Amino acid sequence: MASKPKYNNTVCDPSFAAQVRERSGVEIERCYQCMTCTLGCDANFAMDVAPNQIVRLTQIGMKEAVLTSSSIWVCTSCEACVTRCPNEINIPHLMDCLHQIALEEETPVKEPAVPVFHRAFMAPVRQFGRQFEVLMTGLFILKARKFSLRDMLTNAKLGFGMFTRGKLKFGPHRIKGTKAMNDIFQKTLGGRGT
Amino acid sequence: MEQSGKDKRIGVFVCHCGLNVAQSVDVEKVVQEISSYPGVVHAEHYQYMCSEPGQELIRKAIKDHNLNAVINANCSPSLHEKTFRGLVQAEGLNPYHQEVANIREHCSWPHANDRQTATRKAIAIIKATIDRLKLNMALTPAVINLNKKVLVIGGGVAGMQAALRIANGGYEVVLVESSPSIGGHAAQLSGTFPTLDRPACLVAPMMAEVAAHPRIRLYAYADIEEVSGYVGNFAVKIRAKATCVDETKCTNCGRCFEVCPVAVPSEFDRGLSDRKAIYRPFAQAVPFRPVIDVLSCAHFSDDGCSACEQVCSENAISYDQKDTVIEEELGAIVVATGYDLITRGIAPEYSDDPDIIDGMQLERLLSPTGPTGGVVKRPSDGKVPKEVVFIQCVGSRDQEHGKSYCSRVCCLYVAKQSLLYKRSIPEGQAYVFYMDIRSDVKGTEEFVQNVVEKGRTMYLRGRVSKVFRDGDKLKVWGVDTLTGKSIEIAADMVVLATAMVPRTDAKDLARVLNIIADQNGFFTEAHLKLRPVDTLTSGIYLAGTAQWPKDIPDTIASASGAASRILSLFSREELLHDPAIAYVDEELCVGCGQCVSICAYKAITLDEKQKLASVNEAICEGCGACAATCPSKAMKHKNWTPKQFFNIVDVFTKEYE
Repeated sequence: MASKPKYNNTVCDPSFAAQVRERSGVEIERCYQCMTCTLGCDANFAMDVAPNQIVRLTQIGMKEAVLTSSSIWVCTSCEACVTRCPNEINIPHLMDCLHQIALEEETPVKEPAVPVFHRAFMAPVRQFGRQFEVLMTGLFILKARKFSLRDMLTNAKLGFGMFTRGKLKFGPHRIKGTKAMNDIFQKTLGGRGT
Repeated sequence: MEQSGKDKRIGVFVCHCGLNVAQSVDVEKVVQEISSYPGVVHAEHYQYMCSEPGQELIRKAIKDHNLNAVINANCSPSLHEKTFRGLVQAEGLNPYHQEVANIREHCSWPHANDRQTATRKAIAIIKATIDRLKLNMALTPAVINLNKKVLVIGGGVAGMQAALRIANGGYEVVLVESSPSIGGHAAQLSGTFPTLDRPACLVAPMMAEVAAHPRIRLYAYADIEEVSGYVGNFAVKIRAKATCVDETKCTNCGRCFEVCPVAVPSEFDRGLSDRKAIYRPFAQAVPFRPVIDVLSCAHFSDDGCSACEQVCSENAISYDQKDTVIEEELGAIVVATGYDLITRGIAPEYSDDPDIIDGMQLERLLSPTGPTGGVVKRPSDGKVPKEVVFIQCVGSRDQEHGKSYCSRVCCLYVAKQSLLYKRSIPEGQAYVFYMDIRSDVKGTEEFVQNVVEKGRTMYLRGRVSKVFRDGDKLKVWGVDTLTGKSIEIAADMVVLATAMVPRTDAKDLARVLNIIADQNGFFTEAHLKLRPVDTLTSGIYLAGTAQWPKDIPDTIASASGAASRILSLFSREELLHDPAIAYVDEELCVGCGQCVSICAYKAITLDEKQKLASVNEAICEGCGACAATCPSKAMKHKNWTPKQFFNIVDVFTKEYE
C-alpha cells in the first residue's frame, strides 16, 4: 500500500456531468477549452472561477467546485459567450441549471444576496403576474438583512424619482390571466422552488 | 581509356534564360570570346535554349558543323542535363559528350548587379567545362538483367497488400512471414477506427486472397537468413522453420491440441489465454495448419512426450522434421516487418498488476474471437470492469524514458476502445488521460468528438502519477491540467496505450539487407517527401509500420506505393544503370581494400588472391568516395578523373591569378 500523496486528490463524479447535461440540455462535452467565452465575458473580473473553467469542472464532475463558486451567481446572462462559442455551448443556460441545483441541494452560496434578490424578484411576479417594486424591495431588504441607512436612503431617493414620473405604484397591479400564468409556473418548475 | 580531347569538335550554346542569365551576363561577348577557344568549332546564343526552337538550333548546328561534343551554358544540370543529353543522343552523339556549364545558379544570380564580373565568370565557367569535356569518355549505360520476381518480408496488412498488388500486376511474389500465420497485428484487433469495421471484414479476405493467389508463394513460419546481390538480381536464403507436422497428411482434426499437456501463454491473445505446444495461432489462421513450438514442446525438453503423435490417426506428426533452407532469386524486395509495442517496464509507476493491461490486450478482450468472447472481463478475477482508465502516451513523446516520437494511432484506438467498451458494458464509465488528441486522419476528429459527446467517455487532460492496488480496485492518481485539479479514480482496470516500436530484430534485418534503420530502429526512406517508400539501396522498398507508426489507411497507402514502384521498375525489359561510375585501373591496384570499407553501397569486392578490387556496375552510384580514398589512385571515376579536375582548376587559377 502506497503512502498518502502530498496533494488532495479529488474524485470526479461523472453522474454530476450527466445530471447537468440532461437537466440543462447544454452539450457541455463539446467544449475544447478555447476560452473564447472567458475572453468575451464582461463579468469575468468579478468571478472567482472563469466561465471556461466552470464548463470544464462540470465536464469532469467537480460538483463542489462548481456549486460553491461565485461565478454561477455573478453571470449576467448577457450571452456574449454563447454567441461566440464555436461549439454552441449555452453557458447562461448552464449557469441557470447550476443555480437550481445549488439551491435545491442547499449548497452554501458564495453570493447570498443574488438568490435572495432572485426570490424577492420572483415572488410578486408569481402572485400578481407583474412586478410590484415596493414589495420586491421590502422583501429583499428583510431577507437579505440589508438594513444599512445609507442604502435605504439611496433606495428612497430612487423610489421618489420613479414615483414622480409615474413609474412606481403603491399598490400591486394584478394581470387577468393569473391562472394561465400559474399553469406556466407549474409546468416549468414542476413544483420545484423558484 | 583516357582521352586526348584532340578529336572533339565542340559546339557551345549559351542560353539567355529570358533575362535570368542575359541581364547580368553579356551573352554576345561570351559567344565572341568562346568562339576562338581551342576545340570550339561553333558557338551561339539564344533566348530559351530548352524550348523547341532552341533545341532545333542545336540540332541544326550539330549537322552543319559536324559537332561531336556539346556544351550547354545555362541553368543547373539538375534541371536540363537530361533534356540536352537526350537531344544529342537523338542526333547520334554519345550523351556523355554533352556537359552543362552552370552560368545561372553559379554566376548570373549571385552576381546579378555586376555585369562585368558575371560576364567574366561565365566565360571562365564555360572554358573550364570545355577543358573537362575534352577528356570525357564516351559511355554506354550498363545493362542489368531484371529478374521480375519480388520478395515481400512480413505478412501483415502492409505485406499482404504489397504482395497482392504486385501479384495482380502479373508478377511472381514470394511472401515470407516469421510467425505461423499471416494477418499480422490487424488480425488481433477488435475493430478499426473510425468506421468500426471488424478485422474479419478487412484482413480475413486479404489473407484468403493471398493463400489462394496463383502468383504468391507463401512461406509462413520462416525467416530471412541471407540476402545478397543487387536490384534485379537478389539471391535470398529463406529458412522455413520445422513445423514437425506433415502438412500433406494432417486433416486439421484438432485432436492433438486436446491431448497436448503443455500450455504456454498465447501470443495471439497477448498472454490473456493459453495455447498448447502444438497449436494453430487462431481459428482463421493462414496457412490453416498446426505447428509444434519446439521450444515449449515436452517431446524436445524432457522425457520425450509423444501424446500428439499417439493420438494422430494420420501419422502426420514428425518430430524429426528439420528446418529447410530455400533459395530464391528475385528482382526486388518489399520490407514490411511491422511493429511491436514497447515493453511495460518503461513505466514502473503503473505497477505490475494483472488488471493493468496494454492496448493490444484490450483489443483481444473486446474481440468476439478473444478469450472472453467479446465481453470485457478483467484478467485478475473475470469481473466485468465498471470503471476503466486509459492512459495515453505511455512510452511515446517521452524522450527521457521512452521514445521521443508520437505513436500516432493511440489517440484514435483509445477513443475506439472506449466506445466499444461502452457498447459491451453500457453502465460502464471510461476515463482517458491524454496529453493532446491527435486526430488528423479523415473522419477521425468527428469520431473522437462523438466518443466524447455520445460515448460519454470522460477525457482528462494530463498524466497519471501512480496506479496501485487498493483492495478490489486500482487507485489511479492523476491530474487534469485544464483545471489544475488532482484526480483520483478507483478503477477496475487500467489500459496503457503503449508506444509502437519496430520489431526487435529490425536492426539485424537492416544489416542483412544493407538498408538504414534510424536510432529508433525504424527503416529509413530515401527521401521523406520525394521517395517515401524507397530505400537508399535500389530495389528495396518499404511498406507499413516498419518505417514509422502508421494506421491502416497509411499502411495500405505505403504498401500500394511500394507495389507501384516495383511495377514501374518491372515495366522495363532490363535495367539501365548510369555508367558515370567508378572503375579500377587494374595495373595500379594493390588490393589494399580501403575502397571496400569506404563504399556505402557495398559495390566493391576484393579478390584477395589477385589483390585486385572490382566495381559492380549495377550497384555503384558514382559517389566518388572510393576514388578520393584510393592511395594508389587506381580507383577512378569515369568522366571525373583527376586530370579533368586539374584542367578545371587550371582555367580558374589562370583567370583569377
